[in-house]
Amino acid sequence: MIRNRAILGQIYFGLFVLYLLVPLVVMAGAAFNDSKLPTVAPWKGFTWRWFGDLWADQVMWGAFLNSILVALAVVAVAVPIGTAAAIVLNSISGKVRATLYGFMVAPVLAPGLVIGISTVLFWNQLGNTMGAPGTWPFGRGLHLATLGQVSYIAAYVMLLVLARLQSFDPGLEEAALDLGASHGQVLRRILLPHLFPAIAASAAIAFFQSIENFNVTLFTKANETTLTVYVFSQVRSGITPKINALAFLLILLTLVLALAYEANRRRKARIEAEREAEARRAEAAMLL
Amino acid sequence: MQDLIRRYGTGLTAVFCLLVAFWIIVLVILPNFAMFEQSFRPYLPVVDIGGPKDFYSLANYGKIFDNGFETTILGIPVTMPIHIKTFLDTVFYSAVVTFLTLIFAYPLAYFLAKVAHPKSIPTLLLLLFIPMWVSEALRAFAWYIILTFNGPLNALLKALGIIDQGIRWQNGVFTSYDAIVIVLTYCYVLFMLFPIYTAITSLDTNQIEAAEDLGSPWWRTHWRVVIPHAKPGIASGCVMVFMLSAGSLLVPTVVGSTKANWFPQTIYTWFNDALDWNTGAAYSMIFLLVCIVFVILAMRVFKVKLSDIAK
Repeated sequence: MIRNRAILGQIYFGLFVLYLLVPLVVMAGAAFNDSKLPTVAPWKGFTWRWFGDLWADQVMWGAFLNSILVALAVVAVAVPIGTAAAIVLNSISGKVRATLYGFMVAPVLAPGLVIGISTVLFWNQLGNTMGAPGTWPFGRGLHLATLGQVSYIAAYVMLLVLARLQSFDPGLEEAALDLGASHGQVLRRILLPHLFPAIAASAAIAFFQSIENFNVTLFTKANETTLTVYVFSQVRSGITPKINALAFLLILLTLVLALAYEANRRRKARIEAEREAEARRAEAAMLL
Repeated sequence: MQDLIRRYGTGLTAVFCLLVAFWIIVLVILPNFAMFEQSFRPYLPVVDIGGPKDFYSLANYGKIFDNGFETTILGIPVTMPIHIKTFLDTVFYSAVVTFLTLIFAYPLAYFLAKVAHPKSIPTLLLLLFIPMWVSEALRAFAWYIILTFNGPLNALLKALGIIDQGIRWQNGVFTSYDAIVIVLTYCYVLFMLFPIYTAITSLDTNQIEAAEDLGSPWWRTHWRVVIPHAKPGIASGCVMVFMLSAGSLLVPTVVGSTKANWFPQTIYTWFNDALDWNTGAAYSMIFLLVCIVFVILAMRVFKVKLSDIAK
């Protein structure tokens, strides 16, 4: 019975992974088909030319660069904000904390297009009040995309850092203060090193969330575009397998990153296992 | 607050508070207030803004009732405004997507949390994560390729002899929203999986064994033990998937047929093609309201707190 269930589960898992992967394989495969339309079904022969087309596409490179720049800006703004929010939240309690928490996580649940539209409208109105409508920084553009994305990505940072703060011993800070450390030193030498794993993880998450973002960027951008929006506009306006070549490269990159991550994890697990075995041997030797 | 000042001094505490205030006020509250305020004002040329024609009214909200067309509900002919229909369709098919992802994800979450060998979990999770790291635009595009008339799905079905004529999947087989539902389910199923998986992991396996030892059939064990424990995860997954589906602009535009309109597309049209930001604001207020109602409903139905949902 139990065995049966495990086998059934494995079969279901296998089918599920297949379901997730097959569309991606089809898309990647179409990158090599010598057909004007992106497809794999009538196979018209192997070609590299879509990669050449992609390489020569200036708009794609511009969008790619913009994506990276926006993502870096989002990390630079969202990580300090989220970390500060977690520290503040951790030091208060009761109704104020619940209210503040509600305001902070609300943007995670809010639909992206609402965030995009409200950001544009607010800065536009601000521009009108300042008497400089539509000019930087009030008009649409990637800077507004950055701010819009920060408004919800900062919440992810906050949640991760807040979780890490639970395992922090405030006594360490007390001790440092008693021993004459300055406030800056307490933050820099005690708290931030403890929070570092959460901050690093949230920076990575913020980066990829920003690259992924579509809804907020679509409403807040002006003429400059990001990679996700570029792909969207290409799909909309009649597509060539150039996008498949791009998809193939991005999937390849994802795979390489995933494999590196997995190899690193296994190496760490092995070292851990060796250490444990050694400890057990030492214990046994002592008992003898 | 006193505690913060004692630990980090006035200067650093002020910096923390300023950062938080910037986020909450400038990035969250004021933009939403601006949208709220502007949604009641008419769309005017720049010179008339602030003039006598610029007064508050519900006119923008009223536009959702314009453009009635003839349709039937349960066989009864009615005249229904086109945007209302789009709106109801969006809510309904998002609920369908939520239900489908729940059905797909629950067994898998249970398998990962309780059946699979613990040592293999990180590898299995990684296998599931890889497709999620590929951008949504590309995942929708992958299905666009699969579902096109001369695409691989029709070719495969024809080769297997199941059909002799290609099917226009994008126009739909059952309803015109088929393609959208299929692709949204594909894109968001993992947002359902992970919260449920996390919730089930924290369930003590002894409870399941106790239920089985006492003679409970497998379905009752799930109904009475596992599902009640996984409730916060299920609530969280349902809210995420519903919001993402209802708010998706990308998937319906890429794979949807001309007959299948999604409410975010309507908003985008007001905003981008008609350049009527005020009506766009009114429509997104309506949309935001539905989302808030849905979250509150989910919190009531599953009896969970906001902090359980937003994790």
